[in-house]
Amino acid sequence: MYTIVVGAGKVGYYLTKSLLEEAHEVLVIEKDPHKCSVLTNELGANVLQGDGCEASVMARAGMGRADVVIAVTGDDEDNLAVCQVAKHEFNVPRTIARINNPKNERIFHKLGIDVTVSSTELILSQIERVIPSQSLVHLLTLRGIGISFVELEIPPDSPALERPIRELGIPDDCILPLVIRGGRETIVPYGDTVLQVGDQVIAVTSEASEGTLRHILYG
Amino acid sequence: MRVVILGCGRVGAYLAKTLVADGHQVTVIDKDGTAFARLGPDFPGSLVTGIGIDEDVLREAGIERADALVAVTNGDNTNVMAAQVAREIFGVRRVVCRIYDPWREQIYHELGLETICPTLWGAGRLKEILES
Repeated sequence: MYTIVVGAGKVGYYLTKSLLEEAHEVLVIEKDPHKCSVLTNELGANVLQGDGCEASVMARAGMGRADVVIAVTGDDEDNLAVCQVAKHEFNVPRTIARINNPKNERIFHKLGIDVTVSSTELILSQIERVIPSQSLVHLLTLRGIGISFVELEIPPDSPALERPIRELGIPDDCILPLVIRGGRETIVPYGDTVLQVGDQVIAVTSEASEGTLRHILYG
Repeated sequence: MRVVILGCGRVGAYLAKTLVADGHQVTVIDKDGTAFARLGPDFPGSLVTGIGIDEDVLREAGIERADALVAVTNGDNTNVMAAQVAREIFGVRRVVCRIYDPWREQIYHELGLETICPTLWGAGRLKEILES
């Protein structure tokens, strides 16, 4: 499999190295001549100096026979352009872009980039997990249809205690498929299930109803 | 017409001033606040400092009510991305972007963006003069 990586910052560098270790054919394109000469000493012929959006550089890189293009520069606009040009001009079957501003995910998908990776979002979701706050932890977001899988823990002052779930007024586009009690017992809740302090609730909700759900369970 | 201009270089600033003189409502965005000096002290339009590919910055510039966006920063990819955000996310009716690289201009033109390429235009005109 021939993979072209655009951008040899820290992400691009380690990505290229690990792909090479897996015996893939890899080429990394980097604008900065100084970075390139350092890289060439280590990675040899797998480095190409130039602007990854330029016709001549893309042609020299053999973009036309690439199976995957991964754009990991620090600039979202450059990553977008690399992937769009690779796709439309060279018919590269799979394009992957790094996103620095998580808000750009939507536009990248809309514009046909196959996969996006947002390091900012990954770090944020890890922080949500370890820092206790009254927010929903996002486990998974299906952007295209606006649905999120979230996790939350019932606090001692939750207004949802001592009442069956059916009486809580949970919106129609929001379901609670699983409750984890005491860290071990798994419960598939029904309308008459009563939540307890410390229950970990997994919910599937539309983005629009997240606020309502938070209000019902946290107050 | 309500126009958002991204990039307050020579072209952006000149365009902003001429549009304002014709009675249009103009907002100029630039990542560098000192660039607005090009507009002169009496520029009646609005100014927003920020990155033009950021949805929040575009919103602050009134993109949701804009009739047109012109992307003329010195970065081709920034212009291309801002133009696509304006069109696809905010549904701006008229979007024009400048792309210096003729090859990329051709690609994005084929993808349906309204583009201008000063490189092609300038080189063509120079050749005409030389050969006349």
